[in-house]
Amino acid sequence: MASTQIIPTRMELAKQKRRLATAMRGHKLLKDKRDELMRQFLDLVRENKTLRESVEEKMRRANAGFLMARAATSDQVLNTALLAPKQQIYLETHVKNVMSVEIPEFEKTTRTENEGDIFSYGFAFTASELDDAVSTLSSALPELLRLAEVEKSCRLMSEEIEKTRRRVNALEHQIIPDAQSKIKFITMKLDENERSSQIRLMKIQDMMVAEAIEKAKQRG
Amino acid sequence: MVNIAVMGDYDSIYGFQALGIRVCPVTDPEEAARLLKKLAEEKTAVIYITEALASRMPDALAAYDSEFLPAVIPIPGISGNTGIGLARVRKSVEKAVGTDIIFNER
Repeated sequence: MASTQIIPTRMELAKQKRRLATAMRGHKLLKDKRDELMRQFLDLVRENKTLRESVEEKMRRANAGFLMARAATSDQVLNTALLAPKQQIYLETHVKNVMSVEIPEFEKTTRTENEGDIFSYGFAFTASELDDAVSTLSSALPELLRLAEVEKSCRLMSEEIEKTRRRVNALEHQIIPDAQSKIKFITMKLDENERSSQIRLMKIQDMMVAEAIEKAKQRG
Repeated sequence: MVNIAVMGDYDSIYGFQALGIRVCPVTDPEEAARLLKKLAEEKTAVIYITEALASRMPDALAAYDSEFLPAVIPIPGISGNTGIGLARVRKSVEKAVGTDIIFNER
C-alpha cells in the first residue's frame, strides 16, 4: 500500500473520494467503449477476411491473363496500347466516426461516365488475353476499393482498441484499488485519532473530578 | 487527379493502367520506400502494393498503419500469393483481441 506518503486528513480523504468516483465513471465508460469497438471490429474483420480471399482469387485470375498477354504481345505494342488510358479514377474520401475512431470511406468518381470504358486500345494488335484480364481486373475494382476501406478501418480500430484496453486495465487494476486502499487508510487513521482524543478527554475529566473531590475533602 | 496508385514489378501491375490507376513500377525496396513516402505526401488515398514487394519492406508499411491516409494494401502479384496480406489482417486481430480468434479455425 502506498500509504507512506499520504497525510491522513479530511481534505485528503475528500480528494481521494473524488478521484475514486471519477475513476469508476471513467472505467465504466471506457469499458463500454471497448466492448462496442470490439463488436464492430469483429464484424469488420470478418468482412475483411472474406473480401481479401475473394479479391486474391480474382487477382490471381487477372494476373494469369496479364502474364499470357505479355507473352503473346510484344512490349512495344503492349506499352502503346496502355500508354494513354481512357479512364481515370478519383477517390473522394469521407471521414466516418466510429466510437471516436476516424475511419475513411471512399467514393469513386471516374473521368468518363461509362465505367466500363476501360479499353484504351484497338483490339487489332493485342492478344485477347489482355482484354479478358483487363475486364477481370475491372470487375474486381469495387471489391479492391472496399478492401482498402475495410482493411484500413480494421487497422485503425485495432490501435484504438489496444489503447482503450490498456486504459481500462490501468483503471481497473491500478488506480481504483489504489484509491480505495488510500481511502481505507485515511478513514481508519481518522477514527483512530478520534478515539484517542476521546480517551484523552475522558482521562482529563476523571482527573478533574478526582481533583474536585480532593478539594472538597480538604475544605470539609 | 488520380489519387490511387499501385506499386510493384511492372509485369504484375501494368494492367491497372487501363483502369485509370496510377502505375509505379518499382522493385527495389529502398526505392519503393522513398516512392511510398512521396505518394503519401501527394495525398494519395489508396496505394496497392504487390505482396512480393511488401514482404521486403515491412517497416516502411508499418509507418502508415496508424495514419488516417494512405491505406497501403498488399495485393497478390504475378509471382503469386505470399500470404502477407492475410498475415497483416491477422496481426491487427491479435493486437485488438490479444489472441487470434478469426483465423485459427483452419
